[in-house]
Amino acid sequence: MRFVFLSALLLCAAVAVPAYADDAQPANPSLLDKGMALFDAGKLLATGGVSQLEGAGGGGLSAWALISGYGTRDGVGINGHVTYVDVNDYSLWSEGAAIGLFDRVELSYAHETFDTEDVGTALGLGKNYKFDLDVYGAKVKLIGDAVYDQDTLLPQIAVGIQYKMNNRGALLHAIGAKHADGTDYYIAASKLFLAQSLLVNATLRETKANQFGILGFGGDKHGDYSTQFEGSAAYLFSRNFALGAEYRTKPDNLGIAKEDNVWDLFAAYFFNKNISLTAAYVDLGNIVIKDHQHGVYLSLQAGL
Amino acid sequence: MKIRRLGLALALTVWGTALSFGMAHAAEDTLYHDLGERPGITQIVNNMVAHFLTDDRIKEHFEDTNIDRLKGMLVDYFQKTVGGPDVYKGTNDMSVVHRGMHLRNSDFNAVVEDLQKGMDEAHVPFATQNRFLALLAPKQKAIVSR
Repeated sequence: MRFVFLSALLLCAAVAVPAYADDAQPANPSLLDKGMALFDAGKLLATGGVSQLEGAGGGGLSAWALISGYGTRDGVGINGHVTYVDVNDYSLWSEGAAIGLFDRVELSYAHETFDTEDVGTALGLGKNYKFDLDVYGAKVKLIGDAVYDQDTLLPQIAVGIQYKMNNRGALLHAIGAKHADGTDYYIAASKLFLAQSLLVNATLRETKANQFGILGFGGDKHGDYSTQFEGSAAYLFSRNFALGAEYRTKPDNLGIAKEDNVWDLFAAYFFNKNISLTAAYVDLGNIVIKDHQHGVYLSLQAGL
Repeated sequence: MKIRRLGLALALTVWGTALSFGMAHAAEDTLYHDLGERPGITQIVNNMVAHFLTDDRIKEHFEDTNIDRLKGMLVDYFQKTVGGPDVYKGTNDMSVVHRGMHLRNSDFNAVVEDLQKGMDEAHVPFATQNRFLALLAPKQKAIVSR
């Protein structure tokens, strides 16, 4: 399934690249041509960000105020991502897709699979016991433009929602989680300091999620929403290449295991408006019985 | 735990350094000088306009344009924008300059991309390009009219 998705992504990109090369307008555009023209790829390179773990346009861990994809205010953009995270004792896949509508609204979906590897055996769940999480997201840009508003300090501000559904309800209740599904609400501010080649983001998230929702929502220790912070900055070395860091705080709701804040250092390379690759060193802290979970984060994104 | 703290400190250092680096760079010397003064800006404009005329996204807008006059106006306007000494005789109101052209946001960005190519060809460093683009970016509101 994962490889089918990845192949489809690359196929889309392969079809799209020559399509851009041939910009000639047909004399009598068909409905299909008009539809395809909506994919105007009119935004500047890298200004759509990449896909964060939960599918929203952002960095790797944090959601940004930027609308995913390369559609301008007159167009749309779609993209898909495949992300692999491998830390000491666990691994995670995230696959998903996002559509940006008129640089105003973003709709996203991501499916995460968290593999407990040998920890599953230790916990009596079985080796490679997996948690699956579906995340449906929506984001609306409220005010500001991160790129054009270079004459003011006002950032681009967006609000978003992520509805998350975990497939391991019975087990989650057994470990003290209150719910198998939950909804995050966030407000994000993004600002490109273009003269400094620096992109800065800050996000406040209202959430009950334990380990992003992989361990359910709410817990025996704390059951209600709490406000969490996501901050990130990226320095642009060229139009194609950025280096940055992210930090994201998380609640600590479950009595059975301490939950830590997470951070990463990332490098993103934008081959063109169709394909980008993000690689990061990520530190996820303590996850259940294993502390110091750090490792690699790799994410491939392709779109039109 | 020690490694995590160290990593966090490193992340914040990178962030802070990038920030101070950018700020310091923006302040030093004038952009006019860094773009190669009038000869450098003329080269950038020549390169950029050559891209306009072959860019399928926007070339139609230049079909009835006096290209030499356009280049002259752009050089005057750009050098003035970046603190140059020469007079720019045109209007500063970009909505007047682009009146009736019905430009979309993607047209504006196509022009930006052609300018970036033109600056690449003139060997303008990326950070310098961005300092210049930061002065032009706010004109988007006046230039894009639909």
